[in-house]
Amino acid sequence: MTDVLDPPVHIEHHGEGHEEHHGPTGILNWLTSTDHKVIGMSYTVTAVIMLVIGGAFAEIIRAQLASPNGTLVSLAQYNELFTMHGSVMIYLFAGPFAFGALANIIVPIQIGAPDMAFPRLNALSYWLYLTGSITMLSGFFVAGGAANFGWVGYAPLSNSLNTPGSGADLWIGGLLLTGFSAIFTGVNLCATIFYLRAPGMTMFRMPIFTWNMLVTAILILLAFPVLTAGLIMLYCDRHFGTHIFSVAGGGVPVLWQHIFWFWGHPEVYILALPFFGMVTEVIAVFSRKPVFGYKGMIFATLSIAALSLGVWAHHMFTTGVVLLPFFSIMSLLIAVPTGIKMFNWIGTMWKGQVWFSTSMLMAVGFLFTFLVGGLTGIYLASPPLDFFTHDTYFVVAHFHSIVMALVLGAMAGLFYWGPKITGYLLNERLGKAQFWFLFLGTQVFTFPLYLLGLYGMPRRVGVYPADPQWKTLNDISTAGAVMIGVSTIIFVVNIVVSWKKYPAGDNPWDAQTLEWFTTSPPPHHNFYRLPQIRSERPTWDYNHPDHRSLHHGEHDVHGVHESEEAPA
Amino acid sequence: MPTPALPPQGAPDRSRRWRRVRRAAALPLAALVLSGCTVPGFGASPGDTTSSKSVFHLWQGFSIGAVIVGGITVGLMAWAVVRYRRKGDHIPVQHQYHLPLEVFYTVMPILIVFGLFAATLVVENKETSNPKTNVTINVNAFQWGWQFTYPGSNALVYGQTTQSPVMEMPVNTNVHVNLTSTDVIHGFYVHAFNFSRYALPGVVNQFTFRAENTGTFFGQCTQLCGLYHSLMWFRVKVVSPAQYAQWLATFNNPAAAAAAAAAIKTTNEELASGVASKASYTKFGR
Amino acid sequence: MKVEAKVLLSLGTFFGLMCAVYWNWSLENAGGVMMFAGMLLCFLPGSYYYWWSRRMKPRPEDNPQATQPEGAGVIGTFPGSSIFPFVMGMGAFFVVLALVFGIWLLVPGLGLVVWALLGGTAEGRRGGHH
Repeated sequence: MTDVLDPPVHIEHHGEGHEEHHGPTGILNWLTSTDHKVIGMSYTVTAVIMLVIGGAFAEIIRAQLASPNGTLVSLAQYNELFTMHGSVMIYLFAGPFAFGALANIIVPIQIGAPDMAFPRLNALSYWLYLTGSITMLSGFFVAGGAANFGWVGYAPLSNSLNTPGSGADLWIGGLLLTGFSAIFTGVNLCATIFYLRAPGMTMFRMPIFTWNMLVTAILILLAFPVLTAGLIMLYCDRHFGTHIFSVAGGGVPVLWQHIFWFWGHPEVYILALPFFGMVTEVIAVFSRKPVFGYKGMIFATLSIAALSLGVWAHHMFTTGVVLLPFFSIMSLLIAVPTGIKMFNWIGTMWKGQVWFSTSMLMAVGFLFTFLVGGLTGIYLASPPLDFFTHDTYFVVAHFHSIVMALVLGAMAGLFYWGPKITGYLLNERLGKAQFWFLFLGTQVFTFPLYLLGLYGMPRRVGVYPADPQWKTLNDISTAGAVMIGVSTIIFVVNIVVSWKKYPAGDNPWDAQTLEWFTTSPPPHHNFYRLPQIRSERPTWDYNHPDHRSLHHGEHDVHGVHESEEAPA
Repeated sequence: MPTPALPPQGAPDRSRRWRRVRRAAALPLAALVLSGCTVPGFGASPGDTTSSKSVFHLWQGFSIGAVIVGGITVGLMAWAVVRYRRKGDHIPVQHQYHLPLEVFYTVMPILIVFGLFAATLVVENKETSNPKTNVTINVNAFQWGWQFTYPGSNALVYGQTTQSPVMEMPVNTNVHVNLTSTDVIHGFYVHAFNFSRYALPGVVNQFTFRAENTGTFFGQCTQLCGLYHSLMWFRVKVVSPAQYAQWLATFNNPAAAAAAAAAIKTTNEELASGVASKASYTKFGR
Repeated sequence: MKVEAKVLLSLGTFFGLMCAVYWNWSLENAGGVMMFAGMLLCFLPGSYYYWWSRRMKPRPEDNPQATQPEGAGVIGTFPGSSIFPFVMGMGAFFVVLALVFGIWLLVPGLGLVVWALLGGTAEGRRGGHH
């Protein structure tokens, strides 16, 4: 166990030693680096900028809805704003932040690899992501404005007849670029996890975060090509006179929805699973316990992936042309593995030593918010209840509970891994202030929306009937959105205030997985030495050789005098 | 099959007792299901059609389940968070697996899910069945308004954005709706009916309503359909069958038909001049 | 290698079953085709890994008792830094802009892509010889 050896693995570079990196510096380094950590940092910065942009759109939307006849923006601008809010958050923030930023940096280190399997492909992914983001956002600067048909781009509203102008084409182009970026990252993650693990790091010893990223990568490979194909069809409909999605030429509008949601629902899990993984790691570390039901957790993740391909049409229940019972039962079944995860998270905290760092607070905030979003999701899997709530604010509230939970998870991940990536901790006091604004703001923001949906307010409306009840609920929701905005400002202030102020050390959290075995930030090829890997917690085993994980009924021979909870 | 023999002495007592027990158990359950008032609505309302009421009861059932499961989960979470706060520097026992417990919380959700699915199927089959009827309304959605025609009569109602065209229908009668769209996808949503359905171009979606109360109800397009999607409103006016017949008859008068046509023209001109975009909006029917 | 194969093959099998049920029940082709393709996409690498897992001896990362020196050695040769991903990215950017603003943008776009392909390949070969 205590056997630590010199660098076991090295990658040769032309003209370089394998220990020290003497590449170009400055802007040229940023342009040419193939180091997964540099690329991951670029991803992180870009994705956080996208979060801020998308958040600003959200604040404008909420300000517009604060009064029934909002005049802050015109209806045309409003359509652009919510379209781009959704597009930026889904396509440009949540996904890339998960599998581009954190996975890129953390997964290779967690499995003891020196880099991603295809470093240059990894760099290409980033450049496609950046140019795709620029392409999509530049729609605001062309005549006719940005795309305005909703982030789902339903045909035939998105065809050239109903939405002329290059904003829509820029949206399609941006999606093509980011789509390929995601596919390449998916290939890269799969190859890295399958081929570059350290000796002894068997599949069932990989940390949950890496497992979730593997499943995410598989889902990316299954789902994104479908979206790309659909976008090309849409482009052909717009410019080459095909009629794939338009009735006029014998096409089928619903086909777009099938294609879009065949990507779109796995995409929901592509967004969620990485954050599940982050939260799992955070909860285990800050409870000072192993992940409860580690194998059950993996099987739950795999079954979410398996089911995710058969649930897409629950977004289409009200089309009246899909097979209701099949999609209903498949969607309901997704609740089972998700429930297993929820109880495993609670089980991980159970009888632990729960340390409320900012990261852990964010993770607990995630649990609650995700529970709310998950339970309301179960309603939507039932077609009669979906007929009732579809395209109302109830749905908006449901998925904002989910995605705000993911934002809380992202923050848990940033506070947890930030010190590893940069070498410096963030200010905990500001972090906690950020948590309370973000967590309470999320609840204040979403709960009125649930009621609004049940009272019949449809989504994607810029003005609404002057009903005092609707207005009050909208105002409360806007107040919540402002609180979330404040939390973002606190976060930015925190980064500025704690810039290179609190050195982290290699393992500030007494964490368990391999990334905490190396220095903060890690050296060019991540490790100077590796411990023996005999469980999914090599760093913990190395630091606490007497406290290995226990099965049901096993007794901890060393724990008796250390824990009052020890079994007799 | 032989006819079942008469039960021997003593048995009737037992079966009667059983029946009594069953009735005692069924009563509160039935009361729970039948009376929406005793169980909270969890934000939803029973609505005004037969199927909206069964949807509401399904909603209540789901909500009770969600409150119980959510309450237990939040309770466990709160207990873990409060009880196991870090107290010292010692390392807790490193328990990782507890197979019986894991099996329990895998099997329980599966049972719940199948229960919910069964309830869903019952309501869904009721709601999507198309019982026989002789009142049919053809609803045609377009950017950005609605057109209601009544096969077998001259009635035609047409209106754009906040003009809110009115769809008249008789009370306590099965009304069959054929829904389609001429351009993009729209959503036909009447909140008081707890129901929505897409209006798809090239597809005729069919469903049946049975309104149980007269009144005027607010309806709106729910699927984003372009610029004036926010204002694509309509009303559903449920009247007595006699009034309905009378209303239909007014369209047999050529003058009335001409007036309807003129209204259509005005609507188009208004929309073109952009008046409709920022009128003052009042809410109908709620 | 065996676990990797099992994960992919079992996912693929599940998709296959789901596809059979769905396609026969709904007779809706788009979803059926997509699920079938999902199954193939899992079987393709899954069967490759399975084939190899039966023919090779377990790698150090598949051996629970492996020690770190077993993994020693050069595992690959990569350029430490490369401009070509950036060039390729810019090329793709121009190609996409050509879809929006005019076909002439394909000239710089494809030019950059071809340059990146040639340059990147040459760089890789150089790296291989090092």
